[in-house]
Parts: sequence; C-alpha cells; structure tokens
Amino acid sequence: MSERRAARQGAPEPSGGHGMSWGLEDVRVTRGRTLALDGVTVPAEPGSVTVVVGGDGAGKTTCLQVLTGLLAPDSGTARRPAKEHIGYVPATAGLYTDLTVDENLDFTARAYRLSGADHDRRADQILDRTGLAGVRTRLGGHLSGGMQRKLATGMALLHAPELLVIDEPTTGVDPVSRVELWRLIAGAAADGAAVVASTTYVNEASRAARVVLLEAGKALASGTPDAILRGVSGAVGTAPGPARPAGPSWRRGANWRVWSPDGRLPDDASPVDPDFEDAVVVAALAAASPSSASASSSPPASPPAREARRER
Amino acid sequence: MTVLAQARGATRRFGAFTAVSAVDLAVARGEVVGLLGGNGAGKTTLIRMLLGLLRPNGGEIRLLGGPPSRAARRRVGYVPQTLGLYAGLTVAENWAFTTAAFGGPRAPLPERVAPWSRELVGGLSLGEQRQVAFAVVLSRQPELLVLDEPTSGVGPLGSARLWEDIRDAADRGAGVLVTTHNLEEARQCDRLVVMAGGRVAASGTAEDIIAAAGTAAAGRADLEEAFVAIVTKQAGATGRAGTDPVGPGSAAG
Repeated sequence: MSERRAARQGAPEPSGGHGMSWGLEDVRVTRGRTLALDGVTVPAEPGSVTVVVGGDGAGKTTCLQVLTGLLAPDSGTARRPAKEHIGYVPATAGLYTDLTVDENLDFTARAYRLSGADHDRRADQILDRTGLAGVRTRLGGHLSGGMQRKLATGMALLHAPELLVIDEPTTGVDPVSRVELWRLIAGAAADGAAVVASTTYVNEASRAARVVLLEAGKALASGTPDAILRGVSGAVGTAPGPARPAGPSWRRGANWRVWSPDGRLPDDASPVDPDFEDAVVVAALAAASPSSASASSSPPASPPAREARRER
Repeated sequence: MTVLAQARGATRRFGAFTAVSAVDLAVARGEVVGLLGGNGAGKTTLIRMLLGLLRPNGGEIRLLGGPPSRAARRRVGYVPQTLGLYAGLTVAENWAFTTAAFGGPRAPLPERVAPWSRELVGGLSLGEQRQVAFAVVLSRQPELLVLDEPTSGVGPLGSARLWEDIRDAADRGAGVLVTTHNLEEARQCDRLVVMAGGRVAASGTAEDIIAAAGTAAAGRADLEEAFVAIVTKQAGATGRAGTDPVGPGSAAG
C-alpha cells in the first residue's frame, strides 16, 4: 500500500526498485462528451509483457498515453516510475529520419544523460540486438519499416527503462521482422523491465504473460492467455459451410464456428476445444449481447463508440 | 474446377533485379487462396501481372480464360489496402458514384452497410470502412476477388464479419486471392502460396506448409514459425533477403 502511494505521487524509484508493479487501475478517460476509456485496468509487472489487443479505435493508444503520463485520466490510477525510467515508442515515428542510426542513438543517450562509457556499451548491445550494426551510418529515413521500428525500440531501451510502453510495434511489419521485434521486446522484459505493448494481431497477444482485450474503450477480457481460454463460457462448436448454423457464429476457413452461451450446440455442430482466437471472438460476442453475457457483468456496449473514434 | 486466374512460370525483371522468378499460381472458382510473403517478396508484382497491369518477361498469365485484358479486369474486384473510397463523401454517395462509374444499374445499399448510409466514410472506423469498400466491390458481382490484407487493423468481431462476406462470395462461386503477411488471415484461406525472394517457397494447406518447414518436429506446429523458417531458408538459398535487407544473421546490405 505504501509502495503504491509513493508511486502515485510520482516519487522517483531507485533503480533497484524491482518488484514494484506498475499499470492502470479502473481508468476512465472522456474526450469531449465521449468515453474513450471506461474503467480499464492494465497490469504491468517487472519482467513480463502485457499486451493490449484491439482493433483501430479500441482505445489502445489512449491506454498507453495514460500509462506514460502524456494524458491525465478523469478517474482511476496510473502507477508508473519517474519519467526518466520510462521508455515510450509511439505508433508512428519514434526516431529521427534525417539522422543516422548512430546519431539517433547518440542523441537519445544525451537526452537521458548517459555517460560516455555507459552509452558505448549500451549502444553496442542495442545495435547487436536490433541487428542494425551493419547500417550504423544509414539515415533513419532510409531504413525499411521493420528496421525503423527496431531502431525506435532500441532507442527507448537505451537507458534501460523500468517501464517500456510500446504502441503497435509490429503493425504493417512483415512476419520475419515481427518475430525479431518481439524477441527484442521479450529481451527487455527478461532484463527486468515491465513491458506494455499494443497490437491488432490476436496471435501476438496469445504469447504475452497478460492480455487485455479492448474494444470501444472497454476491457472485454483480461488475464493470462490461459485464463482467457478457461473463461470461455458455454460451448464452442464447428459446423460445415456454407449454411449458417443457428446462434452466434463466425467463419473459420470454409467452416463455421458457433458459440452457445448455455452449452447447447445446434444439431449440425460438433464441439471443439476453443483456441485463443475463438476465446477472443466469444468475449467480443458476449459483450455485444449483454443478455447472453455470462462472462461479463458490464453494461451494454457503449453507444458513444462511434463518437470516440471520430475524435481520434 | 474452373481456373479463374493463373500464372505459369511467370517471371518479371526490373533491370538487373528479378522481382518474380518462374512463379506458378492458380485461383479456381469457389476457393480462397492466400498469397503470403514479407515486404519485397514479389506479391505485388505478381498481382500486377495477373491483372494485366504489368507484362511478364517470361511465362504465361491467364485471367478469366484468356490473356489479361481490360474486359477481363472489369470482372475482377480489387480491394487495395488503401480501400479506394472517398473519405469526404457519405457511404451512399460512394456507393452511387462507384456503381455509376462502372455503368451498373441503380441498386439499393447492401443491408450490412445501410445503417451508415448518411455517414461520411472518413468518420467510420477502419473495420466499417473496409466493409463499405467490400460491399462496393461485391456489388459488381466480380468473378475474381483480389484483396490486400482485408482485415488489417480491424478488431475481432469486425474481422469475423469481413470474413463472412469473403466466404459468402466464395460460396457463390467467386475465386478469392488474399495477399497478406498477417498469419491470422492466412489461417482463413483454403490454400496458401508462400513467396520469398520472388519465388514460391512453399504451397498447400496450412498443415502442408507446417510439414514442409519441418518446424513441427521441433515441437512448434505453428504457422508463423513455419513461415519464418521457410522465408529464412529461401533467403539463404537465393542470396536475397525476403524481408529487410539487413537483419540478424544476414549481412547482405
């Protein structure tokens, strides 16, 4: 409790402050008359990765901005280390396109007042981990999209932050670079940082320690991927296409998946063990139809969702 | 099985650079084929050749029964990632304009997008915009659909609805070619063709591709692992990186 109070007041944590947990608790953000975040909780534990997953306009960026302190919530708590112990990579940019790779790292090091020796050692490590050692003199703007994301992430890691906040690191990045980026992000967690990353790819969320599924400013599900899987209420089945089976259903390849909140599947469906993608769709369906939502006690999906998007 | 679009040994060079090298690909009626590959793998060049926008230097392209022609292209629905909608027009105006431009009859807005008819396209969420773009293209009842990352950036329910539309089109007989590097989309396809370094590195069902990569033996029966293994191997074989020019383990700058 005293720990939490200290963090809330923004008291700088000594660098040995591992064990402290950061994150958002019951955060509400309104923009104009619209609700951008509606009581969202995002845990961030040292040494592990939390992924906030959702589509465009779900509220992911707002979440991360509140966590970094760029945006003040209307209510709720944001626990974060002092500013100089945070690394933040926004969804766009995060690097200087008219500076070289080396200059980008130098500039960042000076901004964080890293000493010469510290900087050289860290910069070499970052260049090695990002695979950018061969292009040190290339301008940021001349790097491929995947390399730019790796450099921006490397810059945010230069000062060994206690909390790394990274907005859609892999959107539009090809699969090989995506794997490399996640290796870099997981490496930061292995070094002890608390990491919060957002993504639109459900399969990336399935590998995180903790997942928060966000839609229209609400957390539809949260917990470990296993807990989200176990949280699927009722039964999930598969039925052959093309005729749509009765009940809430969605396509999976040429077949249908069908969800029965009360566990009674239609005759043409055979039960399957839901996978993480199924669990995510079920959570979204449950939230969209509150009458059948046994998994969620939240009120009906908020009507101002459309307005929230427009403001973005 | 009617083949709607086919490349046989298709090759395209730009100067000394071979973007697409001896590629075979076919899309038949009623099937959804996923064309996978990293940035620079040759996917876009291949699509441009299939649509007759770019001539191959070698090999043969057939589109709807003949060499690609303007008449054949009119029977193809193409939804680029940028969607091709007018952000400053309403959904109804976009609909009216595009159907008129293609000389189609006046038709009512499809049920799925009707609720947004008076909304400006620019004010809709990305998932909604994608549904509108899709409805506009489907209104022409294309025989072949070419979709570029159709559900990128869309939430889980929005993606599910888009895939319902795509499958409906295939069930009604359209052939669908989805280009993507999103492996969630790949899993929705009947068949996959993986490109790397301008060549076909693997093809078949997701299970075939996982088997071909040999990653399952290492305990990872995962399409993403398989894809990365195949692309990395191909890059080593051709000396051309399928993705970034420089990455860990490849100094081919």
